[in-house]
Amino acid sequence: MAASSRAQVLDLYRAMLRESKRFSSYNYRTYAVRRIRDAFRENKNVKDPVEIQTLVNKAKRDLEVIRRQMNSRSVAQAEVHWHNLSSLQPLPPQFKQFSYLSLLISWDYRRTPSHLANFCIFSRDGVSLY
Amino acid sequence: MLLRAAWRRAAVAVTAAPGPKPAAPTRGLRLRVGDHAPQSAVTADTTAAPEAGPVLRPLYMDVQATTPLDPRVLDAMLPYLINYYGNPHSRTHAYGWESEAAMERARQQVASLIGADPREIIFTSGATESNNIAIKELEAAIQPDTSLVSVMTVNNEIGVKQPIAEIGQICSSRKVYFHTDAAQAVGKIPLNVNDMKIDLMSISGHKIYGPKGVGAIYIRRRPRVRVEALQSGGGQERGMRSGTVPTPLVVGLGAACEVAQQEMEYDHKRISKLAERLIQNIMKSLPDVVMNGDPEHHYPGCINLSFAYVEGESLLMALKDVALSSGSACTSASLEPSYVLRAIGTDEDLAHSSIRFGIGRFTTEEEVDYTVEKCIQHVKRLREMSPLWEMVQDGIDLKSIKWTQH
Repeated sequence: MAASSRAQVLDLYRAMLRESKRFSSYNYRTYAVRRIRDAFRENKNVKDPVEIQTLVNKAKRDLEVIRRQMNSRSVAQAEVHWHNLSSLQPLPPQFKQFSYLSLLISWDYRRTPSHLANFCIFSRDGVSLY
Repeated sequence: MLLRAAWRRAAVAVTAAPGPKPAAPTRGLRLRVGDHAPQSAVTADTTAAPEAGPVLRPLYMDVQATTPLDPRVLDAMLPYLINYYGNPHSRTHAYGWESEAAMERARQQVASLIGADPREIIFTSGATESNNIAIKELEAAIQPDTSLVSVMTVNNEIGVKQPIAEIGQICSSRKVYFHTDAAQAVGKIPLNVNDMKIDLMSISGHKIYGPKGVGAIYIRRRPRVRVEALQSGGGQERGMRSGTVPTPLVVGLGAACEVAQQEMEYDHKRISKLAERLIQNIMKSLPDVVMNGDPEHHYPGCINLSFAYVEGESLLMALKDVALSSGSACTSASLEPSYVLRAIGTDEDLAHSSIRFGIGRFTTEEEVDYTVEKCIQHVKRLREMSPLWEMVQDGIDLKSIKWTQH
């Protein structure tokens, strides 16, 4: 497997910053943006492809963590009960099927998480408990 | 983009609200878009409450009282609050097995943060319960030559770091059990139970960006430390703490420990810088400010300052835009000055003037600057109103005054 190219790393960096800016909480938002910038900056001179790939994989997992939070938080802000769909704020198209069922599906029992790190296999539909 | 526009709309809506407000601080700080107040405002008007605008909430500078959940911790906990709801002690089906696996993984995460073996970690409801279990051991094994030393690793009021390794050395050479309440220290400073010869350690979840209601006690196995269970029941947690282990909470604690291990150096560096900034900026603009606690052996994130001739409570009320505290939350209901400050020999009047600033992982430079600015402004204002201050300015030595009784 070819190691991630510079362009891919930059794309990942931009995607992470973009997602982080969606945190509605000031403290979480500023932390995420700052931490991501500092982490990428700190590692910018890493040359070993294996190490680069490890770092990229960790970044991808963290990106998924942020994405899942975005979904839960955007629903929480709408202050909606799970079964009351009509007052949901317009979500991006891929979340139109949002429903209680999809909540269950997204944390599908069959996809047993073996480690904190493997949560990236979960679907993007988040849950509204926060 | 949308969010910023929403901020501006919210800012306009809020400033248009009735009621006088002081000079508007930096917009970015006081806005908490989407932070809807959890309790609905109860009014006589029974018509449905209109969509409430975002509520302005104070800056949070009280991390010693409690910390917000790290998003990574929440992410780890959610599956166990939704689909993976099995009882970890159920041995006969997959729900139990997966829950147990998560619990054991969390145990490993906690253990690796303090250099312990997972078998030495017992989950509890928090550091208070852990402390009680540890102290009870003394009552259970009381003999003339048995005793227990119990010391806080990092003090929650003034941030002083105790010389744990030295104390551990002394205790182990005298065959005395050594317990430390590491609630404020775990995940913030490096701890190793073997290097520091710690026999018992209390850990709290909500002090390290984990969930509330969970903690752990570390109990050394070699040489074995015997403790007596506080609560008896089904014999869970090796009989030392019966009761179903709350999987979502312990998963959160484990995740918080793992994140803390990864972020310790980065957080420590950043918090030290911010603490330096806060102290320097306050001290250079205000005279007669005393920092309580040994400046050398000090955890930077907990700063306790005494502002002479200013009453601590009134300063806290004045700084209403910032969530602060004077003294610890566990004793805040009483009006007595902090026992910690009294113990380090602080004068009674300075003890009443102390404020604790907490700087944590999520604290920003802007929040520190805002807090400093407001603090300086209000201390100056309160001192202007203070007759004691006036006397001091006139060169009167307050200690020489004989206050007559009426």
